[in-house]
This record gives sequence, structure tokens and C-alpha cells, in this order.
Amino acid sequence: MYERKLGDVVLQVDGISLSFGAMRVLNNISFNVRQGEIRSIIGPNGAGKSSMLNVINGVYHPQQGAITYRGKTRDLMKVHEAAQQGIARTFQNIALFKGMSTLDNIMTGRNLKIKSNMLQQAIYWGKAQREEIEHRRKVEEIIDFLEIQAIRKIPVGKLPYGMQKRVELGRALAAEPDLLLLDEPMAGMNVEEKEDMCRFVLDINDEFGTTIVLIEHDMGVVMDLSDRVVVLDYGLQLADGPPDEVRRNQAVIDAYLGVSN
Amino acid sequence: MRIEKSVIFIFIWTLLLMVAIPWTIGKVSSNIFFEWPFFFEVAIGGLLAGVMYSLVALGFVLIFKASGVFNFAQGAMVLFSALTLVGLNELGLPMWLAIIATLAVMLLLAVAIERVVLRSLVNQEHIILFMATIGITYFLDGFGQTLWGSEVKILDLGIPNNPGLYFDGKILINDFDLVAALIAGLLVIGLALFFQYTRIGRALRAVADDHQAALSVGIPLKHIWVIVWAVAGIVALVAGIMWGSKLGVQFSLALIALKALPVLILGGFTSVPGAIIGGLIIGAGEKLAEVFVAPLIGGGIEDWFAYMLALAFLVFRPQGLFGEKIIERV
Amino acid sequence: MLYREAGEFKSTYQADQAILTIRQDRWFMWALLAVAFVLIPLVSSEYWLGTIMLPFLILALAALGLNVLTGYAGQLSLGTGGFMATGAFAAYKLATAFPELNILIVILMSGAITAGVGLLFGLPSLRIKGFYLAVATLASQFFLIWMFNKFGWFTNYSASGVISAPPMAVFGDNFVTGPYATAEAKYLFTLTLVVLFALMTKNLVRSNIGREWMAVRDMDIAAEIIGIKMLPTKLKAFAYSSFLCGIAGALWAFVYTGSVEPLAFDVNRSFQILFMIIIGGLGSIMGAFLGSAFIVLLPIFLSNAPHWVGLNIPVDLISHIEFMVFGALIIFFLIVEPHGLARLWQLLKEKLRLWPFPY
Repeated sequence: MYERKLGDVVLQVDGISLSFGAMRVLNNISFNVRQGEIRSIIGPNGAGKSSMLNVINGVYHPQQGAITYRGKTRDLMKVHEAAQQGIARTFQNIALFKGMSTLDNIMTGRNLKIKSNMLQQAIYWGKAQREEIEHRRKVEEIIDFLEIQAIRKIPVGKLPYGMQKRVELGRALAAEPDLLLLDEPMAGMNVEEKEDMCRFVLDINDEFGTTIVLIEHDMGVVMDLSDRVVVLDYGLQLADGPPDEVRRNQAVIDAYLGVSN
Repeated sequence: MRIEKSVIFIFIWTLLLMVAIPWTIGKVSSNIFFEWPFFFEVAIGGLLAGVMYSLVALGFVLIFKASGVFNFAQGAMVLFSALTLVGLNELGLPMWLAIIATLAVMLLLAVAIERVVLRSLVNQEHIILFMATIGITYFLDGFGQTLWGSEVKILDLGIPNNPGLYFDGKILINDFDLVAALIAGLLVIGLALFFQYTRIGRALRAVADDHQAALSVGIPLKHIWVIVWAVAGIVALVAGIMWGSKLGVQFSLALIALKALPVLILGGFTSVPGAIIGGLIIGAGEKLAEVFVAPLIGGGIEDWFAYMLALAFLVFRPQGLFGEKIIERV
Repeated sequence: MLYREAGEFKSTYQADQAILTIRQDRWFMWALLAVAFVLIPLVSSEYWLGTIMLPFLILALAALGLNVLTGYAGQLSLGTGGFMATGAFAAYKLATAFPELNILIVILMSGAITAGVGLLFGLPSLRIKGFYLAVATLASQFFLIWMFNKFGWFTNYSASGVISAPPMAVFGDNFVTGPYATAEAKYLFTLTLVVLFALMTKNLVRSNIGREWMAVRDMDIAAEIIGIKMLPTKLKAFAYSSFLCGIAGALWAFVYTGSVEPLAFDVNRSFQILFMIIIGGLGSIMGAFLGSAFIVLLPIFLSNAPHWVGLNIPVDLISHIEFMVFGALIIFFLIVEPHGLARLWQLLKEKLRLWPFPY
């Protein structure tokens, strides 16, 4: 793999601690994400990876620590504000809108870009219609990119798992995010599906210049794709660095293989 | 059970307001009569009525806990059981036999509902099941009245029904309300023990926590559902007997369910203690408001006051006083 | 083989986003509108227009309103009757306080007032969800009916609590309310409004706001994460839904019955409308109409059917049996097809598309 030049720090996570009642989910986690990189978070089940993403996009509010995004340290943030700041994500357990078609799901991803008001939409003439067509064009580009033309009008509830994951990625892309959080995008997929998904992730990063934070269990995938890797275990940060370095880290090996002491 | 600080806080405030508002109005307004013995008389009357609300609410909670179904038909079950009881009694069955026969009918009904409705709708969304219970409501209301007619019937179990004076003759309480509250209270305690200490009770609680997990350790879901619906049927019969002897057996019994709904949202859909405390708060609050507040705004507020009271609680605790807080997981 | 989309190619997104994308569907819709606007007024009797078509259309409008809130936005409401009452009484107060106002303005304004009331009662939806919200909407139902009963101001201090619509015309002497109004005029007036609002609703649900509603319905937390604000989205659903229900209430009081008391909009009305959208189909415009037709026609059928077969059943027994049949049908529909008549219609069309081949 050729040497990649990483940009400035876009996201700084500083000493984040999160607990639910007596349960400590994250404990003093610090790392940063640079412009244009693919950043992975790995760790065994229950390590707090998804919680970390939830903290980044404002679903959970940490008790301690600060998040600095684009040079601005954030206050207590509402869930919908992350999207306004250009952060999009997919979910470990698919969170699509089951009653809607693929097309509508991805169109919904563009909700922040639609400017016509309710009255214009009710009349569906002029601005509202122009907008629908213009955004449809954008959405069709995403549909082409993800190669899901054939399932355009099918309700997503009826799609197979792998396809749903793809639609979910499409919905996140529709927002044209600067920072894309992917929560186990390849979980439960077969080899071909995984290969496709890897290709999409790389292409998104490459073609659109999107910064990506990725949670993944498949070590091969993580090591191949990532620029840098953070390792969590039971809410603690074990390691942070390039894949090769992390691979050789004794604490990480112990956490994954189990250690008797 | 762990009680959160905020619940105790809300509870104390509620009690304070329940005393303070009538007292203030009594001081300020010349139309409202306020004196401590009278206040307690009203409050006690309200609490006793509240126990009866709790009884109906309990039926809802049982089914909701065990199957996640919001059973709108609980009120219809109250009416249906009371109609059946009186109907069988009029056919010549002695009262004790009629009660046993009605219990059997309620059990049969539980089996029928499980077979016909629940089994076919398993894994459907909650809202669909809720609407199915509205269907059951209409069916039972119609069926009961088709079978037994719609005229008002008198149900007399020989419970004394005359006002008695207590506390040195200062406070007037209806004996019937006392007896009814006592019976309801016993039933509630019995159910609590049943849930806590019997095998079926534990299975029920397991199912309530997680259907899949309960299935995987070999708890037969179908039996459990029949059992909860049957228990809810029994609770309905007791409520039907109590309310029926008080008001006469007639269609309006079905509307008592509407009284129990605010109790549910106040106490939390999943909590037995919530149903009891909620019932007491609603009962007392409603009576106090009726006597001390309603005359100022035109009266007749019993249709909606309980709902507004419950809504006010929801602003502070969206899951009800004792409901489980939901942590969103994504 | 007459009904199919093969061979119809769309070259623009505009054509692909049309309401009815299949040519035959468009023909069918135009034919249906022609029948509704021309044929029915010509051939129907006064009875049919006045006592069947009018309530069918008006209740369909209310069902449309509830379907926006419950079927599309996923907020279960049992307060429809209260909102209809608000529309009726708002129209009455407007029409009596400002007699020079045109009926169209009166009706639209009463819709707007109801939308405001709906907003108010929709506020708790931010904090509470699901069944808690459903029960909370009952609060609005009971409170509103109590209010209209209790305060004489709303009925202009009528002793009976009944309000009567003054005679009003759309233009000239085309009266649509009061004793001079013909059944045809009432029917055409109502039909026009209902068709317009149905079209408007369809436009909304296929636009961004409709997608936001469905997103909130299907998975609210994911909707929020992609940037949809909960409160405005839910409140818009409450407001628009109550707007339609308010207009339906105003039409009910003014055009259909002519005079009405608050009890006409009690909790049973709320359930009736809810049944319409269950039977017709949740989240479907067509469903509101199918459900309304079903619920309006069923009692008429049930009360006449015994006579046709020579049975003589007392009236109160019929009403009990009606309850039973209603209940059983609701359960039946939920079990057989939770998506209602509209879904059955869709399945029929899919079969027709392939006919005469089975696949």
C-alpha cells in the first residue's frame, strides 16, 4: 500500500468517560481522527466501541471528557445536531426505516438539504417538485455507486441482510458527510459481500475524501483498510497506532487471545 | 425494589399540593367550604375509590407485563363478567355457583382469546395487538349485551351499603366503599404474593423481561398467556362485582376502563405497585378536585381531570412513576 | 394483459415520481373522478347523496387526518373526535360572529384553529411515546368535549347545547348549508374539498415531510441521527392531522347534519375513525376512503339484512350485534391483513399485472 498523507486533526476525543448507573462503559478514552483517514476502533464484544460512536454523534452524553470537532469543543449536544455538522453513521443492528422503499430511505438521508416548506410540498409545484427531482438525481448517483439499482422500489424490510447494510450506507452517504461512522458494516456478511463493502469503503474515502471511523471485527479487513487503529477493552483504551504497531502490542494480543495470570 | 429519589420527591410534592391547593382555595374563595374533618372525609372517600381504580388498572398491568399487550378490553371484560354473573344468577343459579360458573367462563374466554387472537398475531407490532384488543372490546360489549340484554341489573351480594361515622363521629364513610377497598386490597396482596413466590409467578416475570429468553429456557409462552388473561379475567370479575353492586350492572361498567388508563400512565404500565399508588393518587386527587376546585370552573370535571393529572406527572417522568426507564440502544 | 407497466418507459424522474405511474391507473382515477363528480349526482337519490355519500366523504377526510398522524407519523391518537368537535365549534363561532364570511373561509379557518389546538395537545409527544401518548390523547378528547358542553360561550348560550349552522352559500345563492341547500350542492361541495385535501395529503406524504414522518414512525432514534428534529416533525403531523379533522368536523356539523351537539364527537367517534384506518389500511390515502366506505355501509347493511331474509330483530339487539360484528371484523382484518383493504387492492393489482399468467 502506498504511503498516505494524513491531514489535520478533525476530531479530537479527550478523556471520555461514560457510565450508565453503576456500569462503566468508557473509561478515559482519548484519540484523534485526521482529515481523510480511515480510523478503526476494534476490541472484543462489550468493549464500548458502539458507545464510543454514540458519544461522537451525540446520542450518549459522557460524564467526563471533551469532544472537539473541527476546532470547536462541543457542549451538550442534541442528537440531530451531529448530522447538521456533517457526521453520518450506520448501525450495528440495521436501523433502516422498514416501511419505506430503498429510494425513500436514501432520499430521507437528504432531509437536511431540502429547503422547500410544508405548504410548497403540499402543492407539489415549482420549488418542491424541482427539489424532489434534483435530489432524486443525487440519490440515483448513490444508487449507481452502491450497485443497488434493482432494489430501488422495494420496501427495505423485504431485502436480504447484506442489501440492507448497503442501503443503510447509501442513506448515510446521501447526507454527503465529512465524517462517516461505520458500526460493523461487514458483520454477518459472506466473503463476496465483504469484498464489495470494502471496495465501497475505500472508494468513499478515495473519491469523496470522506473521513471514516470504522468499527469492525474482521481483523484482516481492519488491518488492510485502516490508517490507524484504536483498541478498546472493557471500556479501557489498550492501544492506539498504525495497524502493524497495534498487531504487535502485547496488551492487545492478551485481550484477544486471553491471558492467564 | 429500588425506589428512585425523584419518585419520592414527586410523591411528597403531590401530597403537599393535594393538601395545599384545597386549603388555599378554601381560604381565598367564599364559595368553597374547607374544614379539616371535611377535607379528610373527601380524601378518604377518594382513596377508597382509588383502590377500585387500582383493581381495574391491575388487570391491565398483568397482561402488559406478561405479553407487552396493552389490553384495551379490560373494561369490556369487567362488564362481560358482571353481566354473565348476574345473568346466570337470574337463570336460577345460586350466587356462589354463579360466581364459579363465571370464573369458568372467564377462563374459557382467556383460552379463546389466546387461540383466536394472540396466537395469530404473535410477533406483530404492539400497535396491531392493541388494536386487536379494541376489537375484542367491541366484540365483548356486543356479545355480553346480546346474550344478557342491556337493561340495568341489580347485583346484591349483601354488602352493607350505608354511611357510617368514624373518628368520633367526625368523618362520614360509606361502609360499602370500605368493604370494597378491603377486598380489592386483599386481591392486590394476593397477586403480589403469587407473582413473587409461585413458580408460575416467576415464569410470568421471566416472560415479561424477555420473551425470547423465556422461551429458550423452556417456559411455554402460550400457557403463560392463557394464565395471565385468565388472571386478568378474575381481576375483572372482582372489579365487576364491586362496581356492579355499587352502580348496577350496565354498559357504563365498560367505561370504568377509561378511569383506569390515567392510573396506568401515572403508575407506569409495567408496575403492580405503580397501579396501586397511581390508583390512590388519582382517586384522592379526583375527589379533592371535584369538591374543592371544580365548583370554580363549572363542575363536571371527572371526565378529564384524572387524565390531566396523569399528564402532569408524565412531564416529570415520561415512563410513569414506577415504569422502567428505556435506554435507547443503537 | 390489459393492465401492465411493461412497455411503458419513463425517461424523466418527474414521470417516475408521478402519483400514479401506470397508465391504466391514471385512466381509472380519471374515470373514478368522473363518476364521482358527474354520474353520482345525476343518478343518486336524495337519500343516497345526503345520508350515505356525505358521511362517507366527511369521515374519509377525518380518517385521512388520523392516518397522517397514526399511519404515517406513527403517533397513535384516540382524540380524533375532540378535534372534529373543535372544528365544528370553531366554524359555528366564526359563522355566527362574522356572518359575512364565505363558508370556504369559515371552514378553512376552523381547520386552522383546530390545527392550533392539535399543536397544543401534540406537545407531550416529545416526552412520551406509544401507549402513554395514546392515553394522553384521550385527555384531549375528554377535555375538549367537556369544554364545549360546559361553557355556553361556545354554543352562543343555546339552552340545549346544540349548535345549528346558519344558511351559507359558496357564491350567489348556491347554498350548501341550511334549509335551501340541495343534496347535490352539499355533495359536490364536500366532494371538491375532500378530493383537494386528499391530493394535498398525497403530495405531502410523497415529499420530504412525508418521508420524515415515516422515518419517525419506523425508527425514531435513527431518524434523529440523520438530522430529523423530533419536535417539529411530530408537531407538523399533529397540526396537519388536526387541520383535516377540524375541517371534517366543520363539514359534519354544517353540511351533513346541519345541527350538532358535542356528544356527536365523543370517544366512540374517535374509535370509529381509528377503525376506518385499520380496516382501510394504515399509511395509505386510498385506505382512508376504503375504510370509511366500509364503516359507513356496514351498519346500513346490518340493519337491513335481517329484513331481506324476513327476520324481524329488535333495534337494540341489532346495535349489539353490530358491535359484535365490528369487533370480530377488526380482529379478522388484523389477522388476515394488518395493512387493510388498501393492501388487498394492491395485491389484486399485482395479480392483474401478471394475468393471465400465475407468475
